[in-house]
Amino acid sequence: MAKVVFKIGDDVSTDTIYPGRFMATVLPSETPQFAFADFKELNARIKGKELPVGSIILGGKNFGCGSSREQAASCLATPGLVVVARNFARIFLQNSINVGLQTVICPTIEAAEGDELEVTPTEVKNVTKGTSHPVVPLPQARQAIVDAGGLIPYTRKLLVQERRA
Amino acid sequence: MGMTVAEKILARATGQAAVKAGEVVEPRVNVAMSHENAALVINQFSEVFQGTGLAATVWNPKNIVIIFDHRVPAESSKTATNQKKIREFVAKQGIPNFHDVRGDQGGICHQILPENGYIRPGYVVVGTDSHTTSHGALGAFSFGIGATEMASVWTLGRVLNVEVPGTIKVVVNGQFAPGVGPKDLILYLIGKLTAEGANFKVIEFHGETIRKMSTSGRLVICNMSVEAGATSGIVPADEETARYLRDEAGVTDPVDLLTPDADATYDQVVEINAAELVPQIACPHTVDNVKPVGDVAGTRLNQIVIGSCTNGRLDDLQTAAEILKGKKVAAGTRMLIFPATWRIYKQAMKLGVLETFIDAGAVVVNPGCGCCLGVHQGALGDGEIALSTTNRNFKGRMGNPNADVYLCSPAVAAASAITGVISDPRKAV
Repeated sequence: MAKVVFKIGDDVSTDTIYPGRFMATVLPSETPQFAFADFKELNARIKGKELPVGSIILGGKNFGCGSSREQAASCLATPGLVVVARNFARIFLQNSINVGLQTVICPTIEAAEGDELEVTPTEVKNVTKGTSHPVVPLPQARQAIVDAGGLIPYTRKLLVQERRA
Repeated sequence: MGMTVAEKILARATGQAAVKAGEVVEPRVNVAMSHENAALVINQFSEVFQGTGLAATVWNPKNIVIIFDHRVPAESSKTATNQKKIREFVAKQGIPNFHDVRGDQGGICHQILPENGYIRPGYVVVGTDSHTTSHGALGAFSFGIGATEMASVWTLGRVLNVEVPGTIKVVVNGQFAPGVGPKDLILYLIGKLTAEGANFKVIEFHGETIRKMSTSGRLVICNMSVEAGATSGIVPADEETARYLRDEAGVTDPVDLLTPDADATYDQVVEINAAELVPQIACPHTVDNVKPVGDVAGTRLNQIVIGSCTNGRLDDLQTAAEILKGKKVAAGTRMLIFPATWRIYKQAMKLGVLETFIDAGAVVVNPGCGCCLGVHQGALGDGEIALSTTNRNFKGRMGNPNADVYLCSPAVAAASAITGVISDPRKAV
């Protein structure tokens, strides 16, 4: 079971997720301190690693629009945190897959902060409201990167095959 | 069945006769561009090699271009250290195409790439910057990627698992009215398509208006295609593309003018009559919140900005200078000008354009991304309002989440600088 800890609307840009003024900080180990920097409460919980496993950030449509800055994905890529949204902007979605941020595309999702959700590969059940919403699976080619543990191990495997050949 | 420009380029880049939208391909990359975020790319790149026993060398140094623009000269010791680390990597890997913080070669990456002849029609271009869509202006398939994806490209020379995107065909006919131009066209289109309307798709531009448009104008519309979510904006290459590459980018080898097939399949066709367009303003805090200038005219302004990869080219500066000549920036309003590259800066200097700006009271800063993304110079104060020719008005974009940013063309920016409020340039030109 997972819980919506933070709900935010449509077209959430990478400037909201990871403001440009912190872009000189790049390392995945350091970016969580600036996640949602202008939302003090959420930022404090991410920074302090206080979000319990099974926490959900719920977005609307076009989550992660804007910049290609990977910090916007790496700052949220902690085990147990899932971003559920109606859909994601292309670069953000790809960055999430590449760095291991769990994303769930759920075009009809309806939930409020505090709602308990059950996320399966095919649907998101809103246990609090008693509703069910289908999940759009990632294309197979992208799922392969997720299954490999991210783009770094995926690329490493190809590197070894190709340069040793 | 016919192919779009994107399909043709991706077919070539994968050695196939044809590909179609939805297929997954791994295209070879012609140009892989990064700016200061190469610091992160370097980190991810060395992680890829960890434990393999292989030497961490890039697949082909000549295909990599690194350009410092986001925070130049460095605004903090952190940035300066990142830039130092990148310089060392560039030297170690023997990357010849490096544009450091220098007046004789520097500027914003999306202008440096075209003006130095790095881009050709038919190329696959990737950049660790979302506005990499710009280079479709020269008929390339050009898109933004993240740092880890770039580390993978640096390793393998190709992009893994790319879905061939579907294409939206935008047909523009008619002549712009005076005071109206490419920026108004693209803002209008983004308003129409919405910020997610072209997500995972390419926008291919057609019609008389596009054919007659300069490469500078085409760079504006392709640059901002990403604001509708597009993977890439593409203007099929033509005589103007060949002229630009030959006369302005110093390209001497033959250029292949790649065009789509007449029977290519499009997801959607959008038709626009340019003659009916009025100056457009993108209002806070989304780029698709677009209104005709009349709806927001009179909005009091604290800061006006002309520059960026979107509108920092010579024609943009000239348009603004013509309006500002002999006039003054309104009291209580400050104006910042940042030409896209030092080449443009020098041209504007020789033509007296910079002097016009300075005499009017504007501050001309060095080429770079500057205040566009709020990391270097020109941040806004609490409650302040900016009008800018840049490309994004997201909350917090210009360095302050408690400020508003409106987006416009250089003509609107210049006309508004004189009055200190959002103004219709058609009354000034």
